[in-house]
Parts: sequence; C-alpha cells; structure tokens
Amino acid sequence: MSASLPIADTAHAGRSPWRDARVRFMRHRAAVASVFILALVALACVVGPMLLPNAYDSVDWNLMSAPPTRAGWHLFGTDELGRDLLVRTLIGGRISLAVGLLATLVSVTIGVVWGAVAGFAGGRVDSVMMRIVDMAYAVPYLLIAILVVTVFGRDILLVVAAIAAFSWLDMARVVRGQTLSIKSREFVEAARAIGVPTWRIIFQHVVPNLMGVVVIYTSIVVPGVILSESVLSFLGLGVQEPMTSWGVLIHDGAAVMGAAPWMILFPAAALSITLYCANFIGDGLRDALDPKDR
Amino acid sequence: MSDVTSTPVLEVRDLCVRFTTNDGPVYAVNDVAFELGRGQTLGIVGESGSGKSQTMLAMMGLLARNGTATGQVLHHGRNLLGLPQAELNKVRGDRVAMIFQDPMTSLNPYLTVERQMTEVLELHRGIGRREARVRAIRALDDVKIPDAKRRIDFYPHEFSGGMRQRVMIAMALLCEPEVLIADEPTTALDATVQAQIVQLLRELQREHGTAIVMITHDLGVVAGLCDDVLVMYGGRVMEHASADDVFHRPTHPYTRGLLAALPRLDAGAETLRSIPGNPPNMNALPPGCPFSARCRFVQGRCVTTLPMLQHLAPGAPTLRACHRSVADLDAMEATDA
Repeated sequence: MSASLPIADTAHAGRSPWRDARVRFMRHRAAVASVFILALVALACVVGPMLLPNAYDSVDWNLMSAPPTRAGWHLFGTDELGRDLLVRTLIGGRISLAVGLLATLVSVTIGVVWGAVAGFAGGRVDSVMMRIVDMAYAVPYLLIAILVVTVFGRDILLVVAAIAAFSWLDMARVVRGQTLSIKSREFVEAARAIGVPTWRIIFQHVVPNLMGVVVIYTSIVVPGVILSESVLSFLGLGVQEPMTSWGVLIHDGAAVMGAAPWMILFPAAALSITLYCANFIGDGLRDALDPKDR
Repeated sequence: MSDVTSTPVLEVRDLCVRFTTNDGPVYAVNDVAFELGRGQTLGIVGESGSGKSQTMLAMMGLLARNGTATGQVLHHGRNLLGLPQAELNKVRGDRVAMIFQDPMTSLNPYLTVERQMTEVLELHRGIGRREARVRAIRALDDVKIPDAKRRIDFYPHEFSGGMRQRVMIAMALLCEPEVLIADEPTTALDATVQAQIVQLLRELQREHGTAIVMITHDLGVVAGLCDDVLVMYGGRVMEHASADDVFHRPTHPYTRGLLAALPRLDAGAETLRSIPGNPPNMNALPPGCPFSARCRFVQGRCVTTLPMLQHLAPGAPTLRACHRSVADLDAMEATDA
C-alpha cells in the first residue's frame, strides 16, 4: 500500500459546506445588494439620530405638518406636532428592527430546539410536542396579543414576547420534519455507536445539519415578524408615545394621508425597502443553501 | 474453532432479534452464538437479509425502535443487552467500536474530521481538545492518511471514499477498543481500495490485538482476514467453522452453494453459477430449515423439522445445522456431476 493516494491536493484548510454556500450567495447580485442596503438602513437608524440636530420628541413650533424642507433639517417634513419625521423614522426603525431581530432570535431558538427534540425523540414525546404546536396554532393570535397588551400595559418586551410566542410554531414544524430525515442518516447511527449521548447527538450532530433550512426559514420569519410589529403598532398596541416605530408612524400617517402624504410615505418606504431586502436575502440564501442545487 | 486459551473478550449466547411489524413479528436473528478471543477475527457471511447486520446492531444496542433483542452479549462477562443507555455509551466507541458500510454517509458533513475524532476522545477519555487533536492526527497517520496534520481540518466531502473509510477506521480505533465490529466495511469501495482496507485492518489488528467481527458477503475478504467464519441464512447460523475448513471442507449445502457461486478465473467456466431461488421471506419462514426451499439436497424432514446446530463429530470444532450427513452430500454431489 503506497502512502500517497491521490486526493485533491489544494493548499487550504478544510472547506466547509458553509464556505461553498457563501461563494454561491455572493453570486446572487440582488441578495448581495440587499445586504448592503439593509446594512445601510440599519446603520442610518442607529447612527442617524445622533448626527441630526433634531430630537425625536422635540417640537418645532414654527413648522407643524410641514412638507419636506431643508429648513431646520426637516428633510422628511414634520408631523402634526412639529416633530421631525426623519429622526422619528430612524428612531422608529430602531424599534422595528430591534423588535424584529429579538423576536426572531427568540422564536428561532425555541422553534429549533422544540422541533429538533420532538423529531429526534419521536414516538409519544413527538406526538405531545407537536399537538401543543397544533393547539397554539388554533389560538387567535391578534386577540391574545391585544388581550395581553391591555392587561399588562404597553411594553416593548411584551410586544416581542407576543410576536415570538406565535412565530416559532412554523419553525418548529419545519425543523421537526428535517430532523426526521436527518435522524435516519447513517452518521447519526455512527455517532450512537461511538457512544455519544442523545442530547449531544441532537445539538452537536443534528442541529448543524439543520442550519441550512433554519437560515432559509429565518429569512422568511424576519420580515413576517417586522410586519407583525407594524400590525400591532398600527392597532395601537405597540410602543408608547412619544417613542415610535414604523408601524406607529404608518398608523399616524394613514390618518392624514390626503392632507400630508409625506407622513405615511417615508416610514412606509422604509418598511417596504427593509422587507424587500429581507426577501431578496432570503432568496439568495435559498439558492446558496438549497441541497438540490448541489 | 480456534484455540480458546484465553477468556473471550466477547461472548454472544442465544442472541435473538425480533421486530414487531404491521405484518406480525419478524424473527430476524435466531439463537446466534459465538465467542471471540483477543486478536481473533470472526467473519459473518450470508446474503442480504440473513440477519448478519441485525446481529451486530443488536450487540451495539442500535436496533430500530420496533426491534427487541434477547439472549446475552457478554463483554468480559458483563451483559451489554438491557444495559442502561448511559452505561452502554461508556462501552460503545471505547471498548467496542463499529465501522459502517458506507463511509460516504457515516461521517457528519457539517463537522470537520478533527471535531468528529476529538469528540470520541473527549467523551471516553475526558482529555482536552489539543491533546485529543494530537492523538487524532497520530491515528490518521496509523491508517496511512498522508499529510494528516493538515487533512484533519478537512470536511468529509473533501476525502475520497477509501480515505473516508480510513478516517472511520482511525476513529473507531482511537480508544484502542478490544472489539471492532465492521459492517461490510469494503462493500462501498472499489476493488483495489478494498484490498488496501483489508490489509490495513490486518496490520492494525496485529499491532493492537483488536478482535474483529467482520460482517461481509465478500468471501474474498473472509479468506484474507478471518480466523473463524459464521455462515448465516434466514437469521440462523448454518455453519460455524474455521476459515480454512469453510473454504476447503464446507459441510453445509448453503456454504457449498456460496462457494460454488464464486466466479473463478482459473476454472474457465462460461456461466456464473448461482443458488436458485430468492432469500426467504422473513415474515413467513418455513417450520424446518430456512434454506430448505432452495436446497438441492432437500428431503422431507428438512421442511418440517429445524436442524439443530451440532458438532460435525464429537469433539470436532466445526458446527453445522443440516439433517444430511456430509457423506450424503458428497455422494449426491458426485452423482450430480
């Protein structure tokens, strides 16, 4: 037996399946552009309010309901109380994006753990866990959210909790399905034969294999969650004035749409751009990670 | 069988595996027994569905959910069957290791080889990552993976099939197990690589004194590696003898059929010989010998009564399960030919 069997002799440290996916993602122009735009939007929301002269809750008594103007840096105009809309849109973006990320994080974590455990355990555990998911599906989500906010008062974390409490369900189902197919793969049996405990098999061996699906699905969850926050805010269940979010701004703007279209235009545009970008990124991730393409 | 000078590392007694299915119970393995001393190799041969893989999975506690194993699998006298999961996990991968048929699918595609190998050592030896890495590299060197220091950071898809099987072997031998169970380790590989893997196993066995259970349907692998051979059919042991005896003095019609079906270059035969018929339906085994439906030497008794696994002669090492005597078989074969 010779000691030098030929295998690809390239000078690299292990090329992970993730790296291949990244290369494929980079080829998806719309997705890459979306990443940039989304980063720009996020950066503007974080940094913008610090650089602009207006505060989100200060009133300009001279310019109320003013259309976009360079006077006093009201580039997006002002609302009925004379508050600068540009800064308010950016501040609102902070809330919307933060709620979106936080709720997504919570729902993805719960969904992955729940789905992976149910799928891997199988049998009765699986049945019970998935019936709980089914029951949660049947709960009228908006009604509960309204109830919770009315009882406990308006709190941003409550909004996050309300959104997360319902958005993990789909993730759990998707992950469970995927786990079922991974469970029967030989490397799981090999891990068992090595003496790896069940918990470790789930989180060390199964979950990394789920990540493709999870990432793709997360890209669908993010816009949904941001939209949910907007819906709740639009219904008056979001953050408390003078704090704002895109949903709140759109809600307020919608009331005076005819007289002052800029009040709804700018926050709505910000929301739409963000959602578009998120969807394009999801598209790119799907192309990059879909096993059918390999 | 081979010399039983030392106490066996592994002893299997009356091992039965039953599956509960919608079509009723399926008895996949029935009364399998063997023992294995240090450094010995046992080959288990038989065609698909003969129960050879299920025997091994039962030994490792890896049966599917609807399967139950009865009997005893003694590792230094301790029964592994029915051991709690946590206890079993201490034995699996440490004292008894296993390699699988398909090296393409038995490594986790999302983890580097390094991570998968160090995990074994962390679990069983409790040593740190860095020390584990050093040992893992040494193990890869042992299975002759060139440039192991660099390749250990590769992902499984960056190795060829033969290389992956080497990785699997290295991984299985990391904790220097006493028993290595190899479930058709060469089936998925091409012929030249097969030979290399068999050669490698033989070398490693000589170095470490590992006992090997080799499941295969490749009689060439048996000839190259095994001391003893267990021939299985329909979930039962048909013949249990030394490899030498199985090849030169087969005593069971099924074993003879298997050997006759081997394509030979020297005999100049134009046609391939096969055993007529199909492997039995495990849902509906005949009450008698499972091979009776395909046996050329079948007689009335074979269909109705199960032949017991008995010594060929008092004191002889060979065990066989057949109603016909070897002399009968020889005589009938002579008249056939």
